[in-house]
Order: sequence, then structure tokens, then C-alpha cells
Amino acid sequence: MKRDIQEEFPMVQIMGQNGEIIDKSYLNQIDQTLALQFYRQLICMRAFDQKAINLQRQGRIGTYPGFEGQEAAQVGSALALDEDDWMLPTYRDHAASITFGKSYTILSAWNGRVEGNLPPEGKNILPPSVPIATQLPLAAGIAMANKYKNSSQAVIAYFGDGATSEGDFHEGLNFASVFQAPVVFFNQNNQYAISTPIWKQMNSKTIAQKSIAYEIPGIRIDGNDIFAAYFETKKALERARNGEGPSLIEAVTWRYGAHTTADDPTKYRNQKEENEKHRQNDPITRLERFMKAHGFWDETVAEQLKEEVKEEIDGAVKGLETMPPADVNDIFDYMFEKPTWPIEQQKEEYINHLRGVR
Amino acid sequence: MISITKTKQLTLIQAITDGMRTMLNEKEEVVVLGEDVGKNGGVFRATDGLQEEFGEKRVFDTPLSESGIIGSSIGMAINGLLPVAEIQFLGFIYPAYEQIMTHATRMRYRTKGAFTVPLVIRAPYGAGVRAPEIHSDSMEALFTHMPGIKVVCPSNPHDAKGLLISAIEDPDPVLFLEPLRLYRAVRGDVPEEKYEIEIGKGKYLREGDDATVIAWGAMVPIAMKAAEQAAEKGITCDVIDLRTLYPIDKAIIAESVQKTGRCVVVHEAPATGGLGNDIISIVNDTSFLYMKSPIERVTGADVHVPFWALEEHNIPTPARVLDAIHKVINF
Repeated sequence: MKRDIQEEFPMVQIMGQNGEIIDKSYLNQIDQTLALQFYRQLICMRAFDQKAINLQRQGRIGTYPGFEGQEAAQVGSALALDEDDWMLPTYRDHAASITFGKSYTILSAWNGRVEGNLPPEGKNILPPSVPIATQLPLAAGIAMANKYKNSSQAVIAYFGDGATSEGDFHEGLNFASVFQAPVVFFNQNNQYAISTPIWKQMNSKTIAQKSIAYEIPGIRIDGNDIFAAYFETKKALERARNGEGPSLIEAVTWRYGAHTTADDPTKYRNQKEENEKHRQNDPITRLERFMKAHGFWDETVAEQLKEEVKEEIDGAVKGLETMPPADVNDIFDYMFEKPTWPIEQQKEEYINHLRGVR
Repeated sequence: MISITKTKQLTLIQAITDGMRTMLNEKEEVVVLGEDVGKNGGVFRATDGLQEEFGEKRVFDTPLSESGIIGSSIGMAINGLLPVAEIQFLGFIYPAYEQIMTHATRMRYRTKGAFTVPLVIRAPYGAGVRAPEIHSDSMEALFTHMPGIKVVCPSNPHDAKGLLISAIEDPDPVLFLEPLRLYRAVRGDVPEEKYEIEIGKGKYLREGDDATVIAWGAMVPIAMKAAEQAAEKGITCDVIDLRTLYPIDKAIIAESVQKTGRCVVVHEAPATGGLGNDIISIVNDTSFLYMKSPIERVTGADVHVPFWALEEHNIPTPARVLDAIHKVINF
């Protein structure tokens, strides 16, 4: 008998495209406070992303990978975490790491500054993983250590659709499954790995179904439905904390923009047509529709939030642009706890060269 | 008061087991993992009895997945554990190369020390035991070239235990290379207690005036044999066991070649890009004007380890080392 994958892994929606609540069982868990918290963070992250792209256009930062369109998946999942949980983001997951870390220092990484990689005080946020899927075995290992220490901390690891073709995706999920490690593998299927569409990436119908191979829960959600992202991540984290092992979540979403500011998506897809279609499904518009339909919308509050968010982003940019200059010692000082003699010698020679010592 | 150090006669591999046992006893954070390291005690028996003694939580089998072993070990190390990961043969480490290069060696650097990776990777290396293909690689220079990882390689039981303990105590990643052809070839006195051999320090195994012979791991007995044969003809050599391949003990090399003025480097890895070249650079930087002749390298050719019917042809032999000694003297 042929199994019906789409029936086994339906796209979970709590909120429909028009903001209607499809799964009414969540209604008692969604109030105005929660909706407003989500809304504020979504518009804030979009403003951040747009600002970052503008900064790049103006030559004020370097290459930047935008995430516009993916805010609900990232913000919803990040808000589901406990304060001391672990997060392993990729280079496109700043909405997740800023939401969880409550800090904008990451922006400086795109201005060539190592400081952008540092976790905010007290936060277990690893620097963005640049090589694809390699963070997934790390996430399994961090979770294995949590289990070893009987810690209640859970782990969330982000990755894209292209990452599922890498060996480390499978090695990471297999390790987590074999050792029943408390980790949530949170996939954002934005349907493109640079120019390669998902149908050229895999012959499977879904990413969620890859969970079958590891005997772990696999859930496919509408990644532009912030309620689905939030509540399904919460459930997966709860399973992890209860000793029920890892989960795989596939959040189906869309990136409106380019892979990075160095990429031109018009070369590989009809941007206008595609984006018009996907704007109907925009994560922020959908939440707005929901709020209006449920009497949670207040035009004055919305305006206030917009202002508040603008100030916050301006503050982040100011923070970036008032950083003290990069310290040349950083080139040499963090390879080992104590530098080896070649590094000490190379540092001394170079610093003397800079000072004009001959 | 006189303290008497109790010792045991151990083979090199038993000393490695003893090093792990010592640290498993010493620190709750130490875990030993890898393919077949549990009940089986490792394919070479390096972890023999450790699972029985310390339980499955501390000493455990992993899936057959080198990138998974190293990747998850990096995660554990970031999160407070001290993993000692076994890669069954150095020639099997290549799937994990990306994990070592992009995460293990970089995490401290790219977070200014906010996250660190106190990880030990153990791997048997080298040819000479008639093993199947890929089981005999000696690609230490791939790792000494990588910034951010230390590489050590003992040649005897005493150093093996001490270096392994130092590697586990080290706050950064260490690759611990085990000369598999010496696993059971030598026995020696090994203290029962915990002791460390400082990473970055070589050792004189023999002292002489006419030439310096530098080797490590499985090449040490070969260098020693050549030096003995040279001595029979009245040529005396310093033989240095390098022990650490990154960072190399510059001082011991400079001290010795400034005395002898002649140098031979022995390694079984391919010549081009091999560590012999780094040793030549150290001599060049520290002792150029002391040298009486060009430095000779006795190494593998720029070829893969041959099928074992021919492997002896590509491993340095005492005769080849002796030829090189004569060459640096008769220059």
C-alpha cells in the first residue's frame, strides 16, 4: 500500500490566511497581550531587516542575508523558548536570535565585527552557523550534555531546506534520535536554496516526513502562521524536557528577497509574480487580520508600536556605528586559551611592523 | 619523606586505556565515545573494560558517523563536558574534517572565548601492519596546518598516558595520534598515578655530537635504530622525539642543531606539505648559520599509502635514515 504523505504530514495551521482561527482549541490560550507581543516583535524584526538591507545599499555594512517573509517562523519559535534554553541559529535567523537574545549586536557581524557573534549576557546563543547543516550535530551534542547533567534546558537548532541534503542533517538527527536528546530541529523551508528550488533539492513531498527515518515526531506547519510556530515549538520543547527526545518541525515559508544582498533573485524566479502571490499570505498581514477580527486591534496602539520599533532599530544602528574600532589584537588572542609560540611571534612581528619598528 | 611512585609495565595501548581511566576517575565531565568503544572495548581494545567500570553513561558506543561523533562531541564540549572521541582510524576522519575545521577549531576564535571546545580526538594512524586500504594514513599535516588545534603523538607508554591526560586537561581541541604499529610493540614503566607530559615539549632519546635526527610516533624506533647503527661506525646523533606536532618544540630543535650543525627529519607522511618542512623552517629561522649541511628529509613519497604488499617501500627504514645521516655528514 502506498502511504499518503500529505495526509500523514498535513500543513498545520492554527490561523488561516484571513486571520481566522482554524483550530478553535487554541482560542483560550490567545489573548490580546500575546497577540500584541507577537505583532510588535514581527513588525520590529521586519523593520530591522529592511534597515539592514538599506544599510548595505548605503555601504554602511557588508553583505547581508535578509529574512523578510520568515518573521513568523522565527519569532514564534524563539518566543516559545525558556530563558536558559540553547539556540543554534544560521546566518538568516536574526529574527530568532534577536527575539530570544533581546540584543542587536549581531548586526555588527555583517560589518565584519567578531563582536556580533558574541552571545548576549547570560544567553546560550551560538554564533550563526555559516556552513550548512553542520550546527545540527552540535545541537545534538549540546542536548546530550543537557541530558547527561539532568538539566531541564532544551535546544533549538535552525536550518533551511537546502540543509536537508547535507550529510550532517542526517547525522545530527540520527544522533539526537539514538540518544533521545532534548532538541528541536526547526526547519524553515523557504523553498529556495539560493537559486535552487525545493523540487530540485529533494524528491520527497515534505521535509517533515524525513522524521520517519529517525522515529521522531515530524510536524509540518504553516510557517507564516505565528500561532502554529509558537504552539508547535512549545509542544516540541515540552516533549524534549519530558525526556521524549527530539522533534523535527518543518515551517513552510517564503523569503521575499534575495539570498543575500549579493544575489539577484530575478535571475532564477519571477519575483513580481511570486511575491504578489506570497504577500497574500504575509505573516504580519495575517496577524493583523486576526487582531481586527477579534477586537484586539487598536489603530493608536499600532501607530505607537511603529514609532517605538523605529526608535529601537535606530538605537541598534547607533550602537553599531558608535562601536569602538576593531582591535587588531583580536586577530591573535583567541585561537587558544594561551597563545602558542608561533602565534605570539607572529603577533609581535606584526604589531612591530604596524608601529614602524624595523 | 621519600615518595615512591608506583609503576606498572604497560604496552602503549594499555597506557592509553590507563590515561582514560585516570581521567574518568578524576572528572565527572569526562566521557568516552566512538564506534565500538563500549562493550567491544574498541577495535584495538583501547577502551577495554572502561564501559564495564564506568557505565554506559560515561563510555558509550555511537552510530557509525564520524561527522556525528565529532559534531556532537563539539556540542558536548561547548556545554561543559570533556569528551574523548575515538575515530577508529585516522584515515576515517575525513567526514569529520568539516566539523573540526569549521567548528572545533573556530568556536573560541569566533566568539572571543565565550564558547570553547575542550575536546580530545583520539585516532590510530600510520602504516606497517598490513591493514586494508585507508587504514594506514598518516595525514598529521592536514591538522597541524589547521589553526586552532593542537596535535600530539606519543611513541612510548609513559608519554602516551601523560600526553593523553594533558590533552584531556587542555582547554582547547587536541588531536591525539596513536602509532598503531607500536600499540603492542613496546612495554614500559608507567606510573599508576596521574601525571602530565607538557604539550609542546620534545624529548632527547639519545645524545650525540654529529647530527640531529628528529622523529615522532612510529618513526621513533626507526630513527633510534639508525642512530645505533651510526654509533657503531663512530657517528653519534641526538635523537629527538618531537611528541607534539603543533606547537613544535622550537627550543629543543634549535639547541640540538646548534650543537650538531646537521639534521635529518623522518616522517612517514608525504614529503610535500609535510611537517618536515616546518622543522626545516624552524632550523632556518633559529640556526641557519650553525648549519654545516642542508637538512635531509626521509619521508613517504607524494603518494598514498600503497597496498600493503608494497607498503614497506614507502615507510622510512633504518637503512634510509642511516643513508641520510651519512649524507648530512659527508656533504
